[in-house]
Amino acid sequence: MTDDTMRIGFIPLVDAAALIIAVDKRFAADEGLAIELTREVSWSNVRDKLNIGVFDAAHLLAPLAIASSLGIGHVKVPLVAPFMLGLNGNAITVSPGLYDELAAAANGKLDDPEVSAQALGRVVAERRGRGAEPLTFGMTFPFSTHNYQIRFWMAAGGVDPDEDVRLVVLPPPYMVDSLASHQVDGFCVGAPWNSVAVKLGIGRIIHFGCDIVARAPEKVLAVRAAWAVNRAGVLERLLRALGRAADFINDPAREDEVVALLAAPNRVDVAAEIIRRTLNGRMQMALDGSSRICADYILIGRDGAARPEPAQAAWLYAQMVRWNQAALAPDLLAAAKACFRPDLFDAALGRAAGAKLPHKLWGSVGGFTGPPFDPDDIAGYVQASRTRDR
Amino acid sequence: MQEERQEARALLLMDPALKIVIVDENPVRAAILADGLREAGCVDVTRIEETTSLLARIYSLDPDVILIDLENPSRDVLAQMFQVSRAVRRPVAMFVDQSDTAAIEAAVDAGVSAYIVDGLKKERIKGILDLCISRFNAFARLKDELERAQTALSERKVIDRAKGIVMKLKNISEADAYALLRKTAMNENKKIAEVAQSVVTAAELLK
Repeated sequence: MTDDTMRIGFIPLVDAAALIIAVDKRFAADEGLAIELTREVSWSNVRDKLNIGVFDAAHLLAPLAIASSLGIGHVKVPLVAPFMLGLNGNAITVSPGLYDELAAAANGKLDDPEVSAQALGRVVAERRGRGAEPLTFGMTFPFSTHNYQIRFWMAAGGVDPDEDVRLVVLPPPYMVDSLASHQVDGFCVGAPWNSVAVKLGIGRIIHFGCDIVARAPEKVLAVRAAWAVNRAGVLERLLRALGRAADFINDPAREDEVVALLAAPNRVDVAAEIIRRTLNGRMQMALDGSSRICADYILIGRDGAARPEPAQAAWLYAQMVRWNQAALAPDLLAAAKACFRPDLFDAALGRAAGAKLPHKLWGSVGGFTGPPFDPDDIAGYVQASRTRDR
Repeated sequence: MQEERQEARALLLMDPALKIVIVDENPVRAAILADGLREAGCVDVTRIEETTSLLARIYSLDPDVILIDLENPSRDVLAQMFQVSRAVRRPVAMFVDQSDTAAIEAAVDAGVSAYIVDGLKKERIKGILDLCISRFNAFARLKDELERAQTALSERKVIDRAKGIVMKLKNISEADAYALLRKTAMNENKKIAEVAQSVVTAAELLK
């Protein structure tokens, strides 16, 4: 039998791990799949090449898969996400100067996002009062959890991310330079860029993404909806290979091997030590050596993290509505939910893979504050969020 | 050349007055593209090489068309333009017309992407995109040729050195030395340059 060939696009980030391991440990080959992994430089490229069929599948920002399915911001190409490549993994880093301002304005400990958000609100108001330039923050893409996490945090402090600060898209490799040259005062980005800023002494990690949202749907394996139907057998084999890869990544005995494979020049191409710390959630927070261990810093296939849940898609859609990226309409909500496909996951990997580790937040996202999220009442959630933030 | 002139004429008839911004970190390719556009009558062509404050620069130039190479990570910065309500004019991605998949594929193959301001008719920039695609492809061909030329040059140098070594060691003429290298290559089913490289390496080892 000849192998089925596939081209899969990815951005060199730690949460592409399941794809990389599936290929480089030959789990995909065992399923009769010859996969060519192609590194890309921008999410726009990944989306476009997936949309027009240059790629059969892609490592994609979860909200971008939904935006593409809804036709927001670009061409409408229905995509489906049958496998969650990663939950969490981001962090918010600020310049030492802003950190000191926040610390001075804080009523309590800054590592509480409620406290830091309120402090941010006071700093922003104080700057406006003396006519200073508004603070500028970087994030990676309009349809990204980075964007929604930093907005969620700001809004909790009464800061309007569209009016009170400047929130700009920056390619992750440029984040650190922009912080160093004071073009931004902080950013929300994934690994390794927060650590790089910390190591250079130009930034302090103030929050992990999971402090803001406990289980943020971060990256998915995305395929065109039509492809998922036409190549259902190939997709099922790919999902099995990804399931094996996720188990491999979570086997402590395999840590060295996983780290070495991910660090390779044609893969994530980042120092092995940074990859190891990221996977273990063992992060240096500031140059003074203070560090923090957080088991949920990044979740790749662990605790049911790989099974996509329509409620997660609904939450992402609610953020799009909340921040005026999408209109509120029942058919759009339905299309967003239909984008996440636990049925395909279950068919390939068995229900047990998703259900074996019931988590108290399983299927939910767990924001640190705000109204409870009800996937069947987006209007009520958005209304309550807006009222509260004001 | 003739093909390009035809393109240029077609463009000239279409729209000389569009304001075009090129975002490309490769100066040679950007120059090839800008020249092509100017030849075609588009006089208002600006290249942005620095990607810091990219959005602010684009807003201040207020272009009708933005061309960016697909290898530039700043493409994602442009995604923000579709959202920002403060922008005077809203750009849209080139590829909003889903019917023209052939054009989209040709552009992606060539490695170029285009954004246009909302409301600009597709016909007005089709010529520009066609020109970009052909110029990007021409640049890729040039690069290939240059690489091939460089390889050929370095191969010739190795062969010359190997010839010199063989001439000296065996005390034979240049023509005989070359014939010997060629014969050995044929017998071993290798390229002359490979055999020559072995000779040079061996000579260095035995120095």
